[in-house]
Amino acid sequence: MFSKTITKVLAGLAFGVAAAGFAQAAEVTGAGATFPAPIYAKWADAYQKATGNKINYQSIGSGGGIKQITAKTVDFGASDMPMKPADLDKEGLMQFPAVIGGEVLAVNLPGIKSGEIKLTGSLLADIFLGKIVKWNDKALADLNPTVKLPDQAIAVVRRADGSGTTFIFTNYLSKVSEEWKTKVGEGTAVQWPVGLGGKGNEGVAAFIQRIPGSIGYIEYAYALQNKLTYTLLQNTAGQYPAPSDITFKAAAANADWTKSAFYELLTNEPGKESWPITGATFILMHKVQAKPQQGLESLKFFEWAFKNGAKMADELDYVPLPDSLVKLIHSSWSQIKNGSGQAVWTGK
Amino acid sequence: MAKTTKHQWADWLFFNLTRFFALLTLAMLLGIIASLIHGAWPALQQFGFGFIGSAEWNPPMDRFGALIPIYGTLTTSLVALLIAVPVSFGIALFLTELSPRWLRRPLGIAIELLAAIPSIVYGMWGLLVFVPIFAKYIQPFLSSTLGNVPIIGALFQGAPIGIGILSASIVLAIMIIPFIASVMRDVFEVTPAMLKESAYGLGATTWEVVWNVVFPYTKVGVIGGIMLGLGRALGETMAVTFLIGNMNAFNGISLFLPSNSIASALANEFAEAESALYSSSLIALGLILFVITFIILGFSKLLLLRLARQEGKRS
Repeated sequence: MFSKTITKVLAGLAFGVAAAGFAQAAEVTGAGATFPAPIYAKWADAYQKATGNKINYQSIGSGGGIKQITAKTVDFGASDMPMKPADLDKEGLMQFPAVIGGEVLAVNLPGIKSGEIKLTGSLLADIFLGKIVKWNDKALADLNPTVKLPDQAIAVVRRADGSGTTFIFTNYLSKVSEEWKTKVGEGTAVQWPVGLGGKGNEGVAAFIQRIPGSIGYIEYAYALQNKLTYTLLQNTAGQYPAPSDITFKAAAANADWTKSAFYELLTNEPGKESWPITGATFILMHKVQAKPQQGLESLKFFEWAFKNGAKMADELDYVPLPDSLVKLIHSSWSQIKNGSGQAVWTGK
Repeated sequence: MAKTTKHQWADWLFFNLTRFFALLTLAMLLGIIASLIHGAWPALQQFGFGFIGSAEWNPPMDRFGALIPIYGTLTTSLVALLIAVPVSFGIALFLTELSPRWLRRPLGIAIELLAAIPSIVYGMWGLLVFVPIFAKYIQPFLSSTLGNVPIIGALFQGAPIGIGILSASIVLAIMIIPFIASVMRDVFEVTPAMLKESAYGLGATTWEVVWNVVFPYTKVGVIGGIMLGLGRALGETMAVTFLIGNMNAFNGISLFLPSNSIASALANEFAEAESALYSSSLIALGLILFVITFIILGFSKLLLLRLARQEGKRS
């Protein structure tokens, strides 16, 4: 995916040079999360071809995105974890989700195929707490009577760098395990009881491919690209869905988005089909726009992307937002105002 | 007359310009120290000296300690030196004393080229090529041989997963060998031929010439080369990040276990360190690395001074 990003950036650059001809085109700058960067770049590229307007997105990480939008150096920020409503109010920001992704548990167990191993949230927490250390542990064997689990040590693999992916995963573990919640907690980086840290999704994928008996959490797209073996995971309805765009979308659709400020983590959502470790990535904007025109151009881009970008998102293994959610987002845009208190967004 | 003034003026300008450049370096160094201390202040205030002694690194609870990264940085650098110094010594010795003349240049260039490989390439090579071989063949071999030796055996035990302190150290050693080896070769070469030939003339073997003539004559340069390598090893980031396992906990003294290094922690965590205390603690780590490097450099200067003084006594 990294090389994809580079190609996108290069394509964007080339196009930028070509587009420099018509100087009137709007140019909007955003910065933040790396996880959605490939889809934002793809959308921006297509958007520029369609409208001539330029979106300049810099993937500097979620933390950086929050810092930049707070400092008003960019027109929109992006973060893999939503900001708490109180923090949003403090900085005069609003947020809305842009695209959905899922995380899977990838394993390296020769002879075992994707979807053969079942896991539950509490078992997963015990593995990451270092309490279950062998693949043929009784609890795992009881849950998977049809699979021949090897007498092998479990090598836990996780992210070494601070990451929204880690936040979503630890948030899930905190919801399903009281012990995890009190001992470790949730965050972009935590004090891991066990495990090897790989740098980035690429690093985790490399570790899982090379270490027999390993298990690690990774973005779905990376698991597909690296042909990793993934597990099933029990959801709140007691079902064991397989990770896929359908089950990610189910989790997003079953979430209660009407809560304040879209502060919604899609982990452990209800619904038979819902994949338990799903997450949305968010866009942050100031409620009072110092440059209303720039704010409007940013919103126009996302309006266009929600309408036309679903297929591109699918191609890159992201999940586009359900229609009901897009409607809610549109109505949330009325909060974004110019200096004299008029809404910037005049669409629907 | 006019000519002289012009010359004087040019001299004055040249003198001040060069002095400005030299002082600029000093100002930058002081500026970096000042900004490190400023950035690290909140963490140092919060944790005090306990920061250095605490093994906890817990971002969600905002509790930080530097012990594990310090341990990982020092251990990987030390083990890398233990491997790199004898190998470099052998390389330099071969190139200056034993190698046929036609082989010297190509070999020398090949070793210098090793220094030109970007460290991320070493990291990826280490992860994709070296680690699987290391885990499959070398680690089980080390466990079954050195692992049974009393005292040091404990260093070579544990699951052979390839990632950990030892593999990071070995790749670090490969990275610093060219630095140490080329400095050693250069200083070995400046040993006056007359001294060496006198020794040979007295019937000394090559080893005796190297150990009793070349090495004493060049030890200042040799130590300088080792310190250069050590400096590189302490601050190396990307290759270590890929290989050390980035584990902020101490589970035993085995070199097979994953750990963390200061530079690696900084590279991994800085971009997403949200809380003020978190980023301040990372800057404090940077300050500690600065201090460690400073102490080691100072220590090596002292060592060289002492050597020089003994030299004075002997003659």
